[in-house]
Amino acid sequence: MTEPVLSVRDLKVQFVTRRGVLKAIDGVSFDIAPGEVLGVVGESGAGKSVTGSAVIGLIEPPGRIAGGEIRLKGERIDNLSPEAMRRVRGKRIGMIFQDPLTSLNPLYTVGEQLVETIRTHLPLSAGQARRRAIDLLAEVGIPAPDRRIDGYPHEFSGGMRQRVVIALALSAEPELVIADEPTTALDVSVQAQIITLIKRLCAERGTAVMLVTHDMGVIAETADRVAVMYSGRIAEIGPVRDVVKHPLHPYAVGLMGAIPSLETHADRLVQIRGAMPRLSAIPPGCPFHPRCERAFARCAVDRPEPLDRDRRKVACHLYDEAHAEIAS
Amino acid sequence: MTETPFVAVRNLRRVFDVSKPWLNRMLEGGQKQYLTAVDDVSFTIRRGETFALVGESGSGKSTVARMVVGLMPPSAGEVVIDGVPINDPRRAADVRALRRRIQMIFQDPYASLNPRWRVERIIAEPIRAFSLSASAREVHERVGELLTLVGLHPADGDKFPHEFSGGQRQRIAIARALASKAEFIVCDEPTSALDVSVQAQILNLMRDLQDRFGLTYLFISHNLAVVRHMASRIGVMYLGRIVEIGGGRDLFVRPQHPYTRMLLNAVPDIAMTGRLREAVQGEIPNPINPPSGCTFHPRCPFVFDRCRREVPPLEAGVACHAVAEGRIAAA
Repeated sequence: MTEPVLSVRDLKVQFVTRRGVLKAIDGVSFDIAPGEVLGVVGESGAGKSVTGSAVIGLIEPPGRIAGGEIRLKGERIDNLSPEAMRRVRGKRIGMIFQDPLTSLNPLYTVGEQLVETIRTHLPLSAGQARRRAIDLLAEVGIPAPDRRIDGYPHEFSGGMRQRVVIALALSAEPELVIADEPTTALDVSVQAQIITLIKRLCAERGTAVMLVTHDMGVIAETADRVAVMYSGRIAEIGPVRDVVKHPLHPYAVGLMGAIPSLETHADRLVQIRGAMPRLSAIPPGCPFHPRCERAFARCAVDRPEPLDRDRRKVACHLYDEAHAEIAS
Repeated sequence: MTETPFVAVRNLRRVFDVSKPWLNRMLEGGQKQYLTAVDDVSFTIRRGETFALVGESGSGKSTVARMVVGLMPPSAGEVVIDGVPINDPRRAADVRALRRRIQMIFQDPYASLNPRWRVERIIAEPIRAFSLSASAREVHERVGELLTLVGLHPADGDKFPHEFSGGQRQRIAIARALASKAEFIVCDEPTSALDVSVQAQILNLMRDLQDRFGLTYLFISHNLAVVRHMASRIGVMYLGRIVEIGGGRDLFVRPQHPYTRMLLNAVPDIAMTGRLREAVQGEIPNPINPPSGCTFHPRCPFVFDRCRREVPPLEAGVACHAVAEGRIAAA
């Protein structure tokens, strides 16, 4: 097996507040292979964005990485100095955020921002960098890039702005791109264009992608593998087709059933009772047990560790060998 | 069931003045500018039915919703609910009586509930406004009933909105809509701000309440899958006009208008049927200077001369010259 681009082991992120320590991420492990798209889904507060922020070293105090390892091509990046991390960010890890208007500086032209980013990371002259910026804009599908490069962000529509952000993220040929809800602010017709674009560009370059979104549809279309997060942990991770079509973890089962689909028509949607617990009140044992239809005594006491099941990992006692024996 | 529709919207139109202020126009020059948000929209809703309007941002669906509940007067056209034209000053008394029967649920449950009021007062407001209950005790009991109905506890009436999650707040908004014994509820993106598992809870609740009270819904959403799940008939809007209207099944299985086809094609779906996706062209144009003729023509793969000149009328549920002339085969 080839070496993964990104390898996260037992990551823990905590926020220290006056009322105690909130565990936003509690023991998350995953790998992303070169050219692979890993989808990270979950509902608000599941910790999917915090996971992304931890990887690019953007956890702000009072938050901190409390444990675990993050490796980029085998090299630890979670303990780098802020200065060293700044060089990794942008150069080796590109970022695409939800709102393209806030990730672009409104006072500079698109070209100035692209040239600055390119010259920060690559040894090019201003002229070379500008030519490269024009090529990048053409590649992300901006019409008349030689003219548009001198436009300001407000002169671009939402979809076009997101294309600029993608060009910016890819400008230094990163090994990994973290896309945090890249299409959430866009209309469906534009959303499809952007998804196709991210997927195509990263496949061509062999860039690994961590795609964070709450939209299962986007994941099903784009990702190779998917991690379903709940209360700061990964409930299930595996090939996207397996997880979407035949989810194992009861939370994943509920989540998939709750999504109305165009293709299949159900009279009632699957309903998970209750809501995700607050970070200040994560139940002991399995965090999902108070809402789980299939919970048993052990779920309230013992925290389930990820178990290998087919080609995936599931954190649920239902799939524990011991339980399987008792049940049979 | 009677033949007359419960809600009839006829040739609705709404124009907004988006000109610069008078002084700026005098100093800098420039004409008055108008934006036609809704143009020639007609549809009917039968009693007990869910009719949905779906479209992307700027398509005018929320403006239609506001005009239907009477929050905004139309520039032209009329809204008739149970035989009463709601913008006719001569029928003011009837309109007042009708008000109680129409309610609205908004998208953002954080903005649509008064944060300084206790939940009981929020839900009791319509009961008091329409003098539906005589004594304070009756009001209190009724609020308790309503809270139970939407899956909350009667004791929750003593809390403030900030003590509830988004889904629970939307339940409170639904309880408030039901408080006046409403028959027709306009829902503007009621689940767009919610997580999927919570969205499922709210959609199921809305359906249960419809079955129980025979409610009529006008459901506005940008999410095609949600619309498909909820509505029996659907209108697809593009730049202020309905481009296609039809039964839920037909529209999703055999979309006719090129825009509907494009939209359905663009939706990422978890069914993963492996259907081939066509890349969607372009974005919605600026509604201040919409394209001539059919407003979809710059993005349409079937465009020809006539589309650039004439606005296609809505005939047999589709507003498209190419479909009318039989130049596109049914999907």
